[in-house]
Amino acid sequence: MNLKAMVEALDLRVVCGEEHLSRDVSGGYVSDMLSDVLAHAALDCIWVTRQSHRNVIAVASLLGLAAVVLVNCPEPSPELVSKAQAENVVLLYSTVSAFELVGGMYALGIRGCRRA
Amino acid sequence: MVEQAVLEVAYQVVGGDFSQAGDGASRLKRVLQQIGLAPALSRRIAVAAYEAELNIVIHAYSGVLKAKVSPVKVEVWAEDQGPGIPDVELAMKEGYSTAPDHVRALGFGAGMGLPNMRRNADELEIKTVLGEGTIVYMCFANRA
Repeated sequence: MNLKAMVEALDLRVVCGEEHLSRDVSGGYVSDMLSDVLAHAALDCIWVTRQSHRNVIAVASLLGLAAVVLVNCPEPSPELVSKAQAENVVLLYSTVSAFELVGGMYALGIRGCRRA
Repeated sequence: MVEQAVLEVAYQVVGGDFSQAGDGASRLKRVLQQIGLAPALSRRIAVAAYEAELNIVIHAYSGVLKAKVSPVKVEVWAEDQGPGIPDVELAMKEGYSTAPDHVRALGFGAGMGLPNMRRNADELEIKTVLGEGTIVYMCFANRA
């Protein structure tokens, strides 16, 4: 499944990175601890988090994640958005709770990733 | 044996400055990609370098992230002026962290930084002097 199909099915808001939505999703990972994500998130997976500061973008970029999905957090700041644009990181925003969001992703066939 | 060509880079790291945290590792990854290092290896190096850089930002006053790339290996040093690590063995333990609460609120301080470095590097060596600073050395074999 690619990002575009997921975004449409789950009614996510594309904050930035519209031009990268054809990217395929390899799986998903949920965490608010950055080192946890660095240890376990796989290439091309989506990362669901409520952390919305700029270090999230650095981590997503270093790992080559397909997208960051912000959930249960305030609107992303202009600073976060410009950092995401600069690093070519797709930033998505969900208005439903993390539980509902991940359940929706699972129903679409997206599975949890765990790097070897 | 002919002397192998090497590339060296160094990036300054400012303690306590989370607005620039990770920039050194990001720049290093770009350099590694540009010279055509295998993507999986670049990623491992970038993750380990990021963790080392963040440790400087979280725990030290200032430091430098250095890397030396040769056809056979990539070496990374994270050197800081800081408090040093009182018990390295304990610091290596997954889940152990001395990061303050405001840092944890940002999602750091999971006690996984050094374990992540050990997992990704082929060699990890830590030299630390209390009250002076720490040098983390990591080596990655370039088997491409």
